[in-house]
Amino acid sequence: MTATSQWRKYSRVLVIGVQNTLVYRANFLFRASISLIPLLGTLQVWRTIYGDQAPGSLVGGYSLSAMISYYLIVNVIDALTAVADDDWEVAADIRDGKISQFLLRPIDYLTYRLCLYLSGRAIYTTVALIPVTLFTLWLRQDFVWPGHGLTYLLFGIAVFMGGLIQFLIAYLVALLAFWFLDVSTLIFIQFAFEYIASGHLFPLDLLPPALQTAISLTPYPYLSYFPASVYLERLSQSQLVFGFLVESSWLIVAYAVARWAWSRGLRRYTAVGG
Amino acid sequence: MKTAHYYWTIYLALWRNSVTREMQFKVNFLLWIVVELLWFALQLAFMQVLYSQTESIGGWTRWQVILLVGISNLIQQLFTAIFLTNVNDLSEHVRTGKLDFMLLLPVNTRFLISLRKVDLGSFINASFAGVVIAYAGLQLGLHPTIAQFLGFALVCVAGISVHYSIMFLLATIAFSTVRAQGILTGYYNLFNIARLPDGAFRRGTFKAVFTFVLPMLLVANVPAKTLMGFPSAPGQIALLLAMSAVCFVVSELFWRWSLKRYTSASS
Repeated sequence: MTATSQWRKYSRVLVIGVQNTLVYRANFLFRASISLIPLLGTLQVWRTIYGDQAPGSLVGGYSLSAMISYYLIVNVIDALTAVADDDWEVAADIRDGKISQFLLRPIDYLTYRLCLYLSGRAIYTTVALIPVTLFTLWLRQDFVWPGHGLTYLLFGIAVFMGGLIQFLIAYLVALLAFWFLDVSTLIFIQFAFEYIASGHLFPLDLLPPALQTAISLTPYPYLSYFPASVYLERLSQSQLVFGFLVESSWLIVAYAVARWAWSRGLRRYTAVGG
Repeated sequence: MKTAHYYWTIYLALWRNSVTREMQFKVNFLLWIVVELLWFALQLAFMQVLYSQTESIGGWTRWQVILLVGISNLIQQLFTAIFLTNVNDLSEHVRTGKLDFMLLLPVNTRFLISLRKVDLGSFINASFAGVVIAYAGLQLGLHPTIAQFLGFALVCVAGISVHYSIMFLLATIAFSTVRAQGILTGYYNLFNIARLPDGAFRRGTFKAVFTFVLPMLLVANVPAKTLMGFPSAPGQIALLLAMSAVCFVVSELFWRWSLKRYTSASS
């Protein structure tokens, strides 16, 4: 099959994905807005912590502005990349035997899912842009912008690869549905690790060194902490190069494992209900 | 008295059903406890990280905040155990028309809807929260008097009741829109605020809203202050009790008003 016909096929999937998720735009707007409230609470707590120190002092190497910007930028990254219902849908497709139709047609399930993820994220980000921008503007006094133009490009690349890794991790956990009847607990357990080890809750360099080392051996920091550090220009040149090398290696590993797990899983697949 | 006995018998039967249902999926039952434990550990880890950078937050020390996180978790788990799934199911009852059937039963409909299922795993999670509370209490050298302890239990019940009333109110919106589910999940998000020490918030809109409209900053903070014997505790206890009464009355009025306008989804 030629590249153009491949492209036409999957661009249809993208369009369908956009149409399907547009239905939920009001829901997205609500979700994006309400998630800002706990964030506001966390920021207030940090402000109080800084307020008790001498003015202008650093906490864990972060100024107040850097700390607030960290949370705001992680919030933006989250809107851009968070996996919404993709893992639940993949698990349900396997459990209910719905993947049989993909096995019979010239369509690749992983690519199909990736298209749906990308279109879903595109819509969510567009909708979430409204409350997130307003929120960021409101806190603009403490929001730092990068000093170099190049930073935006590097940030974009780091977020994009991080998003793909996040998608592949979610996809992999969902594939466990080939082996287990109910994977919802596994999805939540994975999510708990992701929540803390990605740097969503706090910048990871606030942790004791031993824990930092342990976390740096996982792909999780590349989901939020690494892109945010790129944005805040906290990394030296060699740290940047090393970070991007490790991030792309994780992406390749995650992709390879996802392919492998799919083919292993299919051997166990019994096409329930099909 | 006779009515109380009647309702008690019904509630026991509902309990028996729940136990039978949960024991069908034992592994899943245990895994859900692991999930909740992880999230609880995560909250505690977050506070540990904050206190690795500072001695106190708005006047609250490390162990005081850990006590607060424990209490907030205790209240959240007890709420989940008794009410959460039931309140969540309301929109489904409206959509499928099952509510019509419940309205016909010779029992208060709100009672039946609110207490139909019991989530047993959450009681076990609540006991973990109890362990953390006890440990933090030891670290703080607390020796609560019996009066303090009873006051603590009372405000915990008030806190659970606040969560329940607000969530029930939001679920009642299901009568006019099918989107109530998203609103409920949204509210559940706000539980995150309950475990933050109120001393960290200066006077302002945020504090006012989450004290007098959605009293998240009272739900766990007041029980914690009661147990620690803060001088401000008596006034705060009165405030939480008043707010929980207001929330309950408002939710009951809205429920009755919605039922009057209810035209059934089926038939």
